[in-house]
Amino acid sequence: MANQKAVREPLFRVVKRAEKTRNQIFLLRFEAVILSLIAGAVFILCIGYNPLEIYGTIISGAFRSKMAIQATVKYAIPLTISSLGVTLAFRMRFWNIGAEGQIIVGAIFASYFALFHADWPHAVLVIVMLLAGMIGGGLWGLIPAVFKVKFGTNETLFTLMLNYIALHIVSYLRDGPWRDPGAAGFSKIARFNKNAALDKVLGVHFGWIIALILVVLVFIYLRRTKQGYEISVVGESQDTARYAGMNVRTIILRTMFLSGAVCGLCGMVQATGSDVTLTTSVAGGVGFTAIIVAWLAQLNPIMILVVSTLFSVLEKGSGVVQSSFGLSVDCADVLQGIILFFILGCEFFVRYAFVFNKKGGDK
Amino acid sequence: MIIKFIAAAVLAGTPLLFGTVGEILNERVGHLNLGVEGMMSIGACAGFMVGYITDSFALAIIAAFLGGALSALIYAVLTVTFFANQNVTGLTLTIFGIGLSNFVGVYMIGKSPDKTLKLPENITAQMRSVNFFGLEELPVVGELFFSYNPFVYIGIIIALICAYYLHHTKMGLNVRAIGENPGAADAAGIKVTMLKYINIIIGGGICGIGGAYCAMINNGGVWISDNVGGLGWIAVALVIFAAWKPNYAILGSFVFGGLRILKFYAPKSIFPFPNAFYDMLPFLITAIVLVASSMKKSGGAQIPASLGLNYFREER
Repeated sequence: MANQKAVREPLFRVVKRAEKTRNQIFLLRFEAVILSLIAGAVFILCIGYNPLEIYGTIISGAFRSKMAIQATVKYAIPLTISSLGVTLAFRMRFWNIGAEGQIIVGAIFASYFALFHADWPHAVLVIVMLLAGMIGGGLWGLIPAVFKVKFGTNETLFTLMLNYIALHIVSYLRDGPWRDPGAAGFSKIARFNKNAALDKVLGVHFGWIIALILVVLVFIYLRRTKQGYEISVVGESQDTARYAGMNVRTIILRTMFLSGAVCGLCGMVQATGSDVTLTTSVAGGVGFTAIIVAWLAQLNPIMILVVSTLFSVLEKGSGVVQSSFGLSVDCADVLQGIILFFILGCEFFVRYAFVFNKKGGDK
Repeated sequence: MIIKFIAAAVLAGTPLLFGTVGEILNERVGHLNLGVEGMMSIGACAGFMVGYITDSFALAIIAAFLGGALSALIYAVLTVTFFANQNVTGLTLTIFGIGLSNFVGVYMIGKSPDKTLKLPENITAQMRSVNFFGLEELPVVGELFFSYNPFVYIGIIIALICAYYLHHTKMGLNVRAIGENPGAADAAGIKVTMLKYINIIIGGGICGIGGAYCAMINNGGVWISDNVGGLGWIAVALVIFAAWKPNYAILGSFVFGGLRILKFYAPKSIFPFPNAFYDMLPFLITAIVLVASSMKKSGGAQIPASLGLNYFREER
């Protein structure tokens, strides 16, 4: 009897549960979003504002004028493209935290042509910059993949380091070889020639068209091609992939090159379309936010478009909240964080359940 | 000159020391917490604001610890109990933490009478130096060992305690077992979930104190946004450099502190490198260490084997 007393049952335990239907999962996520909005509202209440008013301002602020909509779209472009990039790697369970660095290196490669070959015909130049950006980002993504397949080097930590190495390459170029001699005071890289800037379509640089095309391409690539299937198998189990006769090494290297290339393309679009120069903030945290977007979207390209649009609304709307309420734009980050915390928590209930142990009685 | 450099390196390395030791506690139970930057930011905000309001150094440190620990609790609940992806949760914590910290900062600036937040006199005096009863007056030795602000000594003491805890106590042995193989540890009767929570939360608290250093010391006691400024990421790098050992972290963080300020001290005539190269150095060295340690397969006590993987008892 004494022995039985010594064993204390925990209050609850976790069990796996049967697969839920699509509707149930959707409902669960919907509830999580609602809960997170309520939590956000509590946060806004705590600092003494009316949550409905703030939420209303965020939404109306993002769409209040043609200019505002264009600005919202401009936020969404890099977010969508780089989320698509990391999705390719994440599907393979390769934790590419290095989108930030791949964006930067893509931008550096593209900027080289924008700065030193601005006299080329416009169409040729844009295509060359596009390819350069992709190759730059792809190579930067390939480095951790090579070490991963050769030595098993932890890719999360390695890609993280490469972000900062890339960042300081830009500051080196800015202070040294690419420094604009005409700039007084702080050193900076010269503004690109007009010939090297992306054309505008409907008031926004045509990066948005690239983003939409990429959504479709990545969707088809992941769902409808042999290579996309291979990525999923490697992600599920490398042993299974090997047993099925797949060359796991090649798949990892190829996928990471593609993942980096898409992020590099994002860098090219940012540098030549949005900034029209190269700065150290060309990525500006987009590479990290992209990881969150990709995860929220369940690595589904179509959902990525939806989620990054929502994030952009939040981002642009917070700017308006800042100007009309005097609250800092950082509230966008806080709200994004709260929403994701809830979604991350809710994913648990899709696959698991708590079983509460009854006190005493039958076991 | 060299003594000045070493003293400056110790000061520059101290916030890294807190972040690194905190992250080591996290990674030793197999949780790669990328939220260091966020936990430090929240600790920075909590520590600074409490210091600003109460004018007490001790309360500020406690607040910073609690701030970091609370934010780590979010991470622990999501990754340990809810099996959420560690990378994504950590990144979210970083974005959320920096955002919240800046947000509160701007909010408090708006409330303050002269639109700046500067720590009051009393706490500034307490933070400036520690009274060693004249030892600090000694030549060379005084400057090298006894001239620092209290954070430095707190950091070293915490690191030594953590080193002792991880390598010389039964609980520490259990913790390391969890980091290597949580399934085996569980089978051996170790309370995996509880130890994971304890380590992650205390680790977060230690990171929080490091954040308070950034907010209270680095800018002369005036609040600025983004005051942690990427140091949390260097701390993640430093964990690798320190081979997941808190006592190595002491030396490692002072070395990295030295790297941070090297560009102001290295004579340009002998080392004609651009500044960007020096800024890149910590990350470059870490990347090389990371690759080198993965190349030798029998690395012994290196990266915890279950790092980044969540543990669910019924799954194998």
